[in-house]
Amino acid sequence: MENNGNGQPIEKVSIIVSHGSLEGVYPGLIMANGARMAGIEANLFFTFFGMDAIINKRMDKLKVATVGNPAMHMPTVLGSIPGMSAFATSMMKKEMEKIDIPPVREFLTMIHDAGCNIYACKASVDMFHLTKSDFCDEVDEIISVGQFYEVSAGANIIFT
Amino acid sequence: MAAREILGKMLEFDNDNHLKNRDDWNEEVAVELAKEEGVLELTDRHWLVINFMRKEYMEKGDAPSIRKLTKESGVETKELYALFPKGPAKKAAKVAGLPKPTGCI
Repeated sequence: MENNGNGQPIEKVSIIVSHGSLEGVYPGLIMANGARMAGIEANLFFTFFGMDAIINKRMDKLKVATVGNPAMHMPTVLGSIPGMSAFATSMMKKEMEKIDIPPVREFLTMIHDAGCNIYACKASVDMFHLTKSDFCDEVDEIISVGQFYEVSAGANIIFT
Repeated sequence: MAAREILGKMLEFDNDNHLKNRDDWNEEVAVELAKEEGVLELTDRHWLVINFMRKEYMEKGDAPSIRKLTKESGVETKELYALFPKGPAKKAAKVAGLPKPTGCI
């Protein structure tokens, strides 16, 4: 489908990832990668619990939320059974692998190699007492919200 | 859909401006299509990508994902983006005479 002629094609996006569950992280990654694939300039900004996706010790262990997620179609008492989140996570990972969606770490490398800049939010970093060394190598910089708006000049901002 | 002349022959293109008939494609046509995309010279590495995409398309009916392309062709992500700036998936498919890839990854 081509642009229907109403409005300019998108040339740049800034994508904010604010959730740390598996289903909270992937949409932002898929959109960032998709942007680069289409030749759209992209920046990824991780804030609050979204930072789990770029913290070395945590990024390989993201889980699907089975509680407080009505779209799981699972009663809260079932979702809270130990192991349920791990089970749902492994099911989802299997399905993702089938359609060639990489694990978070590999995906971040791919996105970064594709030319997307990756940033962590300064306020969140300070709040959680983190330093640059807690993050994976793909993280370019820890930036403030002001700097985020600077790098987002001319971009569409997408909050996930 | 539109037809336009490439190397003296009228060729048909789909709505995405990709070549419509696979049989119209050959290496000379690919060189011309690449020029239209701003890729002025097709190196061996470009051909590796183009031929891999064509092979995948012929076998599976769709162009490969970037991940599959990089893993199986041996051309890494960075290089792929350098070979086909401004969107490797679509550009490479276009030069390879294939429809726009339908996958998201």
